[in-house]
Amino acid sequence: MTGNTYDLVVVGGGPGGYVAAIRSAQLGMKTAVVEAEHLGGICLNWGCIPTKALLRASEIRHLMSRLDEFGLSAKDISVDLKKIVERSRNVAGQLAGGVAHLMRKNRIDVIKGRGRLAGPGRLAAFSKDGKTREISAPHIVLATGARARDLPGLEADGKRIWTYREAMVPDVLPKSLLVVGSGAIGIEFASFFNELGSDVTVVEVLDRVLPAEDAEISKLARKSFESQGMTIHTGAAVTVLERTKGTVTANLRLGDGGEQGIECDRVIMAVGITGNVEDLGLEEAGVNVDRGHVVVNEWCETGVPGVYAVGDLAGPPWLAHKASHEGVLCVERIAGIEGVHPLDTTKIPGCTYCAPQVASVGLTEAAATEAGHRLRVGRFPFIGNGKAIALGEPEGLVKTVFDADTGELLGAHMIGAEATELIHGFTVARTLECTEADLAHSVFPHPTLSEMMHESVLDALGRVIHF
Amino acid sequence: MPTTITMPALSPTMTEGTLARWLIKEGDSVSAGDVIAEIETDKAAMEIEAVDEGSVGRLLVVEGTEGVPVNQPIAVLLEDGEDASALDGFLPTDGAPAPASQAIPPEGSPTPATGRVFASPLAHRMAEKAGLDLAAIQGTGPRGRVVKSDIEAALSAGATRAAPVPRVAASPPPPPPPASGSEIVPHTNMRTVIARRLLESKQTIPHFYLTVDCEIDRLLAMRRELNDRDAADYKISVNDFVIRASALALRKTPEANASWSDEGMIRYGSVDVSVAVAVDAGLITPVVRNADQKGLAEISVEMKDLAVRARNGKLMPEEYQGGTFSISNLGMFGVREFSAIINPPQSAILAVGAGGQRPVVKEGALNVATVMSCTLSCDHRVVDGALGARLLAVFKGFVEDPVTMLL
Repeated sequence: MTGNTYDLVVVGGGPGGYVAAIRSAQLGMKTAVVEAEHLGGICLNWGCIPTKALLRASEIRHLMSRLDEFGLSAKDISVDLKKIVERSRNVAGQLAGGVAHLMRKNRIDVIKGRGRLAGPGRLAAFSKDGKTREISAPHIVLATGARARDLPGLEADGKRIWTYREAMVPDVLPKSLLVVGSGAIGIEFASFFNELGSDVTVVEVLDRVLPAEDAEISKLARKSFESQGMTIHTGAAVTVLERTKGTVTANLRLGDGGEQGIECDRVIMAVGITGNVEDLGLEEAGVNVDRGHVVVNEWCETGVPGVYAVGDLAGPPWLAHKASHEGVLCVERIAGIEGVHPLDTTKIPGCTYCAPQVASVGLTEAAATEAGHRLRVGRFPFIGNGKAIALGEPEGLVKTVFDADTGELLGAHMIGAEATELIHGFTVARTLECTEADLAHSVFPHPTLSEMMHESVLDALGRVIHF
Repeated sequence: MPTTITMPALSPTMTEGTLARWLIKEGDSVSAGDVIAEIETDKAAMEIEAVDEGSVGRLLVVEGTEGVPVNQPIAVLLEDGEDASALDGFLPTDGAPAPASQAIPPEGSPTPATGRVFASPLAHRMAEKAGLDLAAIQGTGPRGRVVKSDIEAALSAGATRAAPVPRVAASPPPPPPPASGSEIVPHTNMRTVIARRLLESKQTIPHFYLTVDCEIDRLLAMRRELNDRDAADYKISVNDFVIRASALALRKTPEANASWSDEGMIRYGSVDVSVAVAVDAGLITPVVRNADQKGLAEISVEMKDLAVRARNGKLMPEEYQGGTFSISNLGMFGVREFSAIINPPQSAILAVGAGGQRPVVKEGALNVATVMSCTLSCDHRVVDGALGARLLAVFKGFVEDPVTMLL
């Protein structure tokens, strides 16, 4: 039946999958997306977007706590968690509808069901009502994403021990909250609940919070979190989680070797994610899986002809924009477009929407040193920026790392207000291979926070003006 | 009608040059006198100016192109009111056609058909550091833009360096890849020229060396007296005396003011003394023309001007080309004596050491005198031992009894 024959089929409708499908359709390929749950994937439904809606509420709450500073006052400020969550769900719903529209607009068939490889060029889609649809396509792009990783013995139960999924739709505001893992997911929830009034403890097994970030930024972040009332244990691990009556008792092994028991209402497990590799027919097809992720080459090819994997399923960094980008390059490669380049992970920015925000691209100072570069590092603090002072956001830092010999922008690291909206400037600079000289020659608008990016570059050149 | 701009001859002897940099781009309007490009020759970078006015229709030579023959069209200028369509069918008529390898690829190829090489700033910097010719690298970035990975690929493929290959019969094996911490500093034009010419000199010129000690106490006294005069608007250096003494010695021994050529001995009609000046990138030898006919003050003033401009890279080619004899003075660095390599096609060079107090024996008694050792390197094909000795003796006579330089 020709209705089940496509040029390209994508399994999974998240930011990797649906973007791959749109690009495929744009290139003239007859395209379908097989999606088991909801278009937009985790990002749109249970990740990036709804958490930003939540964090917007906590940000406003934070500003309201400072109203007096701005000469304003308000009475009876209260937090309605139910409404906050409701708004977050509505935002997700609105955008998921948008993706469905994009599929229609690009004439992409959306097949409801769970996709499974069924032999060369063939895929079976199992729908919830028990029906199976056989689809054939010479190119099958797997984009099934990932889910929260479990630690043995510390499995989430969805009631008192949450993953991001439950944390996103809390029924109550926990009085006390233990967040296990201080990566982007853990820290964003810690920041949200802390601002709304929970007593938050963060436990990180590595020696610092946000361990993927530059050590200097990490240190500033910790200082800020602690000043906001969070308790942070680094180099520490949760050894036991025991559900007691209405609460959870956790046992921590601290960095100094000591033990500590704490009792809390809720726990959020945020110790990384693992790819959704199950029940895809990978083993039968001969697709290699390593530690929960499909093994691919730089073109997202699995080694099995006609089978590709993109996004979280294909490994870190677990970022929606990385998934989308891979979806595009994978499809363009299939279509034989010239000038397609593999993704350079050092050009992918990462953003964490805690308060203060953290954003970065490229190599940390330590990684750059380790890679053998001779460095020129620039720093500029928010306290030296007029706009930051006017906004009442004097806390933060913009750090730039250059190769001293070639002037290559190796990395940029920011903490502070709107850092996530600023980092793209450095991403463009890095992608276009700007040197420190080009950035120094660029005119940044006054008064903006972006001026700090310029000043940081000038500082690397020993020419900083406002500090 | 469009007009062509051709590669100018910056000196009477120049046959080709490097188009180092365009200062205009297609579409720019230029007026007569606007600096439009930088040309590099062996030893200097020169700016060239527009002669006509109009707008730049097309750049015909990619910047960085070496060996562009004099008179080759390098750009086309449109008159006011003309647009790019005027270029259709317009072929530069005068001058040699551009060599295919250096011509800009036609429209539609990945590299855009402009004089500009599209490359990322980082690629530019890396190519410059590694001495790679960007125009020779196939870019893989958007629209053929040369990016970092292209430079890295070129480096790992051992791309040829931009510097011209020295005209030496057997080229040495390539150096091993640098160990970590080492780096390869690309050759400047000047470094390449120094390498080529001095290697050629040592390999083809049969050198021999003659050293004399000159007592310069009287010279120093005379120098002091001259410089201390109230009206002195000069400051004569020991080297100025050496220049004059050499020039006069050459006039008195004209057989030594000559060069070897296979056709016959070239006897020079004038005494033009090249003086080695150390500059950042190496050395250059500005020429004091007719030095035998110039007084000390004149030589001094001229030498100062030449040295300053040499260090700023502002010498015109005719100012450093075509001397008949060279002087290299390392006395200011405390070097007692050394032997220099002849600057071809010349046949002799005088290496001047530091003047210093040394014991001298005169009429059986030990004395102290300020002595300066000078070593003459001679091309034995031109200057035999006796001739060299005679030249040096005359030179020594002038230096030790400087008043005779007035005769």
